[in-house]
Amino acid sequence: MSTSTQTREPAAAELTTGGRRFGDQIFRGLSTSAGLVILTALFLVAAFLLWQAWPALVADPADVRGGKGLVHYIAPLLVGTVMAALIALLTALPLSIGIALFISHYAPRRLASALGYLVDLLAAVPSVIFGLWGITVLGPGMIPVQGGLVDYLGWLPFFGGTSSPRSMLVTGLVLGIMILPIMTAVNREVFLQTPRLHEEASLALGATRWEMIKQAVFPFGKSGIISGAMLGLGRALGETMAVAIILSPSVRYTSVLNTSGNPGTIAADIALNFPESSGIDVNTLVASGLVLFFLTLVVNMFARWIVSRRSEFSGAN
Amino acid sequence: MSKQIDVKDLNIYYGDFLAVQDVSTTIAPRSITALIGPSGCGKSTFLRALNRMHEVIPGAKVKGSVELDGQDMYGRGVDPVLVRRKVGMVFQKPNPFPTMSIKENVLAGVKLNNKRIKKSEAEELVESSLKGANLWNEVKDRLDKPGSGLSGGQQQRLCIARTIAVKPEVVLMDEPCSALDPISTLAVEDLMAELKNDYTIVIVTHNMQQAARVSDKTGFFNIEGTGKPGKLVEYDETSKIFNNPSEKATEDYISGRFG
Repeated sequence: MSTSTQTREPAAAELTTGGRRFGDQIFRGLSTSAGLVILTALFLVAAFLLWQAWPALVADPADVRGGKGLVHYIAPLLVGTVMAALIALLTALPLSIGIALFISHYAPRRLASALGYLVDLLAAVPSVIFGLWGITVLGPGMIPVQGGLVDYLGWLPFFGGTSSPRSMLVTGLVLGIMILPIMTAVNREVFLQTPRLHEEASLALGATRWEMIKQAVFPFGKSGIISGAMLGLGRALGETMAVAIILSPSVRYTSVLNTSGNPGTIAADIALNFPESSGIDVNTLVASGLVLFFLTLVVNMFARWIVSRRSEFSGAN
Repeated sequence: MSKQIDVKDLNIYYGDFLAVQDVSTTIAPRSITALIGPSGCGKSTFLRALNRMHEVIPGAKVKGSVELDGQDMYGRGVDPVLVRRKVGMVFQKPNPFPTMSIKENVLAGVKLNNKRIKKSEAEELVESSLKGANLWNEVKDRLDKPGSGLSGGQQQRLCIARTIAVKPEVVLMDEPCSALDPISTLAVEDLMAELKNDYTIVIVTHNMQQAARVSDKTGFFNIEGTGKPGKLVEYDETSKIFNNPSEKATEDYISGRFG
């Protein structure tokens, strides 16, 4: 912008920034490093697990706790972990969808927001409280219910024998209640974001409210529901305290859920045994942690695959 | 297949706010009626009251009556779901269901209310509805592809096909061409002229040339000022409204003096 127009510099100066914009560069640096931190942390955790688990992986089976080798030690725990998490997911998924739908589409506005707060409050309850509640209130309370299940549904492979207040079923239910708030919160947000256009399209075709929900809300929210379920499942798989308090584990395989005969879960087993372990036992526990790490990884990848399978129809195009 | 609409002393409220005041009019079967007027004058609200879609908005209510061949759609015990099956609606922005294919979109309304139809009937209906919406030739080879992959104009015609697949008596259109380019607009206007043979059509439009081109009758809505209710100022043959309106406000509006 100078008055000397002998050189070409001044005219160009208005349009050039010297190739850098500090705000952009700082932000790019921040977001890139944030992404790198995640990757590094994940890598370090995996590396630590492998390094610490290695002695147990190569150890003589007789030296591993239980005396029959690593697989024999971890397999029941893996089964127990998956069982507890599945019961939790099966309980929480329909409930959370129902509550979220009630809040987003059925309840009057004032009740809806009150209920929303209540659900968020539930999320803030520490897991040890849930554990104590489970063993003192829900467990004893479930005894007659479990008895009824044995009486009427005893022909299913899931119920039979003497019911225990510290059974896999009670544990799974408590886990289900624990993961309910996060799943409900995710589902509610997703349902509320359903485009008005799609809801109106459905209603204008003569859909009832429930048909509108099936036609517009659920298809739109499907990937969100799955993400919420995976968040919940991840928490249920890794939950330690509540399971350690409630579940009375044994090392048998059984599909019966109402007795105290089910194996424990990996996370609770680590928490219960780690303080008194040393040497190869520590490595064994870390190895079981490694299995849990891969399990959650696989679950998440599976969920992503489900979400991406029909991405062509997701409405993103 | 086509019914007359009689509106008597219709007042529409949003909560305590009176949005549309004292509309009484008769909309003839097998005709196109255009509703014009400045923004916020209540014409879309009025249109929505013709199939009770305004009830989606919390607090919206009406007083007065809207009769479909003598049946009051606001009568006691009348199910809005059934009203909307007789009075279909096409929206401003094309809104095919994104998770559905073209074929599923056409059948979306037909499969509601627990109706089952045979596969062969479904295919016939898809073909006839898409032909009715002048879309068949463009999509017949990709009926299983997502509806959201079509162009805007094609999507809007898909929405029209979806609406007429339910076989309504009346089709309401809320600025159906405002998001479309001129060529797609022409396609939809041609389609309206054909649909007129079977349906009663009411269209809200901001485009006065469009109202003049397609409609038989035109209604002009206006408000006196912000916060005042909208009123149906004049309702007459389209040629009369555009050439020789009785009201000063109508003349000012169509000659571009305001709005």
